[in-house]
Amino acid sequence: MTTPGRHVYLDHAATTPMLPVALDAMTARLASVGNANSLHASGRAARRVVEESRETIARSLGCRPGDVVFTSGGTESDNLALKGIYWARRAEDPRRLRILSTAIEHHAVLDPLVWLGEEGGAEVELLPVDDKGVLDLEALRDSIARDPGSVALVSVMWANNEVGSLQPVDQVVRIAGEHDIPVHTDAVQAVGSVPVDFEASGVDALSLTGHKVGGPYGVGALVVRRDLRVSPLVHGGGQERDIRSGTLDPPAIAGLAAAIEASVKAQPEHAERVAALRDDLVRRVLEVVPDAHLHGAPTDGTGVGRLPGNAHIGFPGCEGDSLLMLLDARGIECSTGSACSAGVPQPSHVLLAMGCDPDQARHSLRFSLGHTSTAADVAALVEAIGPVVERARGVRSR
Amino acid sequence: MRVVAAMSGGVDSAVAAARAVEAGHEVTGIHLALSRNPASYRTGARGCCTIEDSNDARRAADVIGIPFYVWDLSDRFHEDVVEDFMDEYAAGRTPNPCLRCNEKIKFAAVLDRALALGFDAVATGHYAQLRTGDDGLIELHRAVDHGKDQSYVLGVLDQGQLAHSLFPLGDTSKPLVREEAARRGLLVADKPDSHDICFVADGDNAGWLREKLGDRNPNTGGDIVDAASGEVLGTHEGTVAYTIGQRRGLRLGRPAPDGKPRFVLDIEPVSGTVTVGPREGLRVDRITGVRPRWCGSVPTLLDGPDVTVQLRAHGVEHRAIVRVAGDEVHIELLDPAEGIAPGQAAVVYDGSRVVGSATISATARSEALA
Repeated sequence: MTTPGRHVYLDHAATTPMLPVALDAMTARLASVGNANSLHASGRAARRVVEESRETIARSLGCRPGDVVFTSGGTESDNLALKGIYWARRAEDPRRLRILSTAIEHHAVLDPLVWLGEEGGAEVELLPVDDKGVLDLEALRDSIARDPGSVALVSVMWANNEVGSLQPVDQVVRIAGEHDIPVHTDAVQAVGSVPVDFEASGVDALSLTGHKVGGPYGVGALVVRRDLRVSPLVHGGGQERDIRSGTLDPPAIAGLAAAIEASVKAQPEHAERVAALRDDLVRRVLEVVPDAHLHGAPTDGTGVGRLPGNAHIGFPGCEGDSLLMLLDARGIECSTGSACSAGVPQPSHVLLAMGCDPDQARHSLRFSLGHTSTAADVAALVEAIGPVVERARGVRSR
Repeated sequence: MRVVAAMSGGVDSAVAAARAVEAGHEVTGIHLALSRNPASYRTGARGCCTIEDSNDARRAADVIGIPFYVWDLSDRFHEDVVEDFMDEYAAGRTPNPCLRCNEKIKFAAVLDRALALGFDAVATGHYAQLRTGDDGLIELHRAVDHGKDQSYVLGVLDQGQLAHSLFPLGDTSKPLVREEAARRGLLVADKPDSHDICFVADGDNAGWLREKLGDRNPNTGGDIVDAASGEVLGTHEGTVAYTIGQRRGLRLGRPAPDGKPRFVLDIEPVSGTVTVGPREGLRVDRITGVRPRWCGSVPTLLDGPDVTVQLRAHGVEHRAIVRVAGDEVHIELLDPAEGIAPGQAAVVYDGSRVVGSATISATARSEALA
């Protein structure tokens, strides 16, 4: 049933194809020898690639080169930020045991927080969101006000990976700033999709990863203010400001920098083009399946913002797994947007936090568009979705 | 046909899936997630429900070149198989959860879902054969490899289920299946066969049941009583640790007066009494079964020369006369059996053909045997 080579890829939020400039930058370096920490000419050449990449990233994201700490990706960046800042802040003042975050964070944030709560003596508070998936700022204010001196840090994602809701990071910074509490943000989904300026945002630490911006897998960065103390997570040679060790990967870092530069530069046009495709997708899918409904922020530009490529749609009476499999068989690739362990789907914690019941949370699909998406992709989905939903509804009725 | 291949992560289901592809079917591999918490089920290469097994199934699907998904049936499995297993033990019976899983999960929940999704059949790695009879009905037969034959655990399937099933391994012996797996580059070729019950860690049924049953455990101790004298020979820590026919683990200090070993003859869950006696006490030739499941048309009397009954997986065939009265099945064994526990399945064969099955509710011995 799947036509070979013809895949309608609507899962860019999971990973997006590498940009040609990133591929070029990376492959140009792959055969070169040189440890960026060696003192000879080859080492200096590798080092130069790393530092030029750091400067490129700094220019693109409005930070200083010294703020950029290269990591293996978003999960490591989140772990480093949460554990490293928590440990350092607690070391400065043992009363700082509270970490405030949201109920809709990615597992790369939630799971380190659970671990810090169970093993690290932290008191973790996951703050509620509204039915559009946006942090309740009053809850944040109240929580901080209860005892500002005990808050080690606040971590709020820039944009949610499942429903695409943009979070009020500027306000979070303002509220936390009243008590000099550092703020971390997981911006893995945001960079290249919406404007992200590190200094202007006022956050103290920001996680990003290569493969969501058209760069390679396995490389990312934690952008973190130089004057913020961060305890290391990975100990060793201390290559990255003594807070991250491990031999640097110049080809991957060059690819990451090229991808960030290109995607940030193209962001305004990219967002406009992709949002138009997305709006078309949502409108036409809801026409074909009238009782389907969009989760998260509206796409008409009113209210809170939404990632331009994100469409998260509930199909009542269907299991997301069945829909995904039936679409996959037709060459259309999307996601149930839920976390998997050994492939066992759990109802999405994001949708549950937004007030969906477990049944509603299981009947959803995430379609995410990106730089290679076309009107033909949307048309293919619109054509397939009606029969697929009808078929999937039969599964539940038995 | 569009076929769902249920892939456990073992060698048999992997080869079955590969054969279904070779037969020209459009095959999709699925692995059943049966545990709500995969890490809690037994690990290693013995079960079918661990993360490792799921990965093995995925890699086999890659090698065969078919799509692969995990289907979450953990809630259904818990309700229909695990809860049933506990209820049966709590009632003093000895259930076979693998039959229950085939009846309720693999050829019911999975088949229903597959048909609804537009598939035509479910293929598994069970060793059994399907043939079309003269009457046009699909017949279930024993596998060519009698040592591996699994028709017993499929004896719960009805005509509708059989009509949508494929058992591609029924004509092949296990060693040849392993060879074929190796030839096909399936890395599970030398994976050990699964044994025991997949959801019971370490094969420790009694410990698992004691822990899980909690308040539902009918007793946590009682007397071990001699069948002939009524004398109390010892005590035990709960009848769930015993099954009829069991010899080991009785821990009776004194040998029997005749010096012969003693076996569990009866279990009374309410009083907690375990009755023991000599091996002769286990012999029965009358069996009553309930909840019959027939593979084809419903029989009334089976008294042909090739009629046999099998009473446990990989057990021997007993020649028998079978009478069906509504929902009850009365079995007269011409070759007596030993150690038959209520809760087990009696599967009725006519030659190599499976006629159907029933759950054993009672056993007795005729005067001839007594």
